[in-house]
Amino acid sequence: MIRLTNNTKILTQEFEYFAPKTLAGALDLLYRYQDKNTRILAGGTDLLVKMKTIGLDADYLISIKEIPELKFIDTDAGLRIGAAVPLSHIEKIEKVREKYPALYESIKSMAAIAIRNMATMPGNICNASPAGDTIPPLIAYEAKLKLVSKRGERTVLVEDFITGVGKTIIKRDELLTQVIIPEISKNSGGAFLKKGRVKADIAKINLAVCLKREGEICKDCRIVLGSVFIKAVRAKKAEELLRGQVINNDLIIKTAKKASEVIKPIDDIRSTAEYRTELARVMTEDALKLAWGRAGGEL
Amino acid sequence: MKKIEIEFIVNGKKRRIFVKPNDLLINIIRNDLYLTGSKYGCGIGECGACTVLLDGEPVLSCLTLAVTVNGKEITTIEGLAKGDELHPVQKAFLENGAVQCGFCTPGMILTATALLKENPNATENEIRDYMRGNLCRCTGYVQIVKAIKSCVAEQKSD
Repeated sequence: MIRLTNNTKILTQEFEYFAPKTLAGALDLLYRYQDKNTRILAGGTDLLVKMKTIGLDADYLISIKEIPELKFIDTDAGLRIGAAVPLSHIEKIEKVREKYPALYESIKSMAAIAIRNMATMPGNICNASPAGDTIPPLIAYEAKLKLVSKRGERTVLVEDFITGVGKTIIKRDELLTQVIIPEISKNSGGAFLKKGRVKADIAKINLAVCLKREGEICKDCRIVLGSVFIKAVRAKKAEELLRGQVINNDLIIKTAKKASEVIKPIDDIRSTAEYRTELARVMTEDALKLAWGRAGGEL
Repeated sequence: MKKIEIEFIVNGKKRRIFVKPNDLLINIIRNDLYLTGSKYGCGIGECGACTVLLDGEPVLSCLTLAVTVNGKEITTIEGLAKGDELHPVQKAFLENGAVQCGFCTPGMILTATALLKENPNATENEIRDYMRGNLCRCTGYVQIVKAIKSCVAEQKSD
């Protein structure tokens, strides 16, 4: 997809640039230019790369990084994070490290510090890459997104937001203003694992799990795999094997095998389908064990 | 395309300059401000050669529109030394043989200063993890990590 023969030294596209200072100002612009080729600029680490390498263009570029209303982090009930907060600031939140380890681990696994100082979580979500690293943990934690426009606002699950490769349900005049992650119950455990060629690489496969424990029983669970389909998917048939059951090693092995059977990976430059299927099994097993331990469970 | 006036601080000095919306920060820094320490490497955020500090945090100037730094503070490699006195990290790179062709060095040193400010007692693993987006194709990483580690030890003994 990325053709390095292109000139990446300059941007040849011409566009009008706006940096509204208020959310209302940004929504006005999105409303006014909704029928034009308008794009939202947050970190720019995906957008500018695509403009340079695959000729993506824009007539109007609206930066949301100058809007103070989108720079908040609220840890009171669950987590609410504004759309202009860079990833590196999210990984520094104590509550993220302690209560949402799958999200913390996914962000830490992404690219390098300079990219994380620029990039945002909504950017990762709206880019809707099947390999987007924050997406599996957000689905595992049942996160929601607030979409705001001049017409009103709505809240949707991350799980329902992405529909395909680069495709989401966001409307042309809407802005994703915040990510909302529900409070996590006391006996819950999460984990994120990713396999890349080197540490800063894009995932061959990534996955997140979140378990709720009640004694020796797994009360609820979510297993979400990325880079194995057109979007991150829940292995619901595998989840069913765990839900309401007493957890032991054999059951985890069985569940991991099921998870690897329900996915539909492809061969591409980063891996083969066969290898991804095998990795899915091993990594699901590891992630479930890790998450169960973090939930206070024993094996 | 209409030029936009931006005002920002570069290495402690206030600069006012007209830029086009599609001008990249790396090109403004190198071609308009003649600060050629920051290097254009890959242009797509893989190599870290164009790293500058934006309000103290490392960012990639090849993926930053110049218009977006209006009102902000930029530090390039030229802004680290105080007159003839090199920054401790610069000295450490020289003393530990962490510079060969020098192309990656400005980005390496700026990223390392941000790391040491954030985490003055960084361990080797933390150093390697933080520096993972800055690629070097000649010296290798052993001397670079050694140089950064020597700065950690210095700050500990203070």
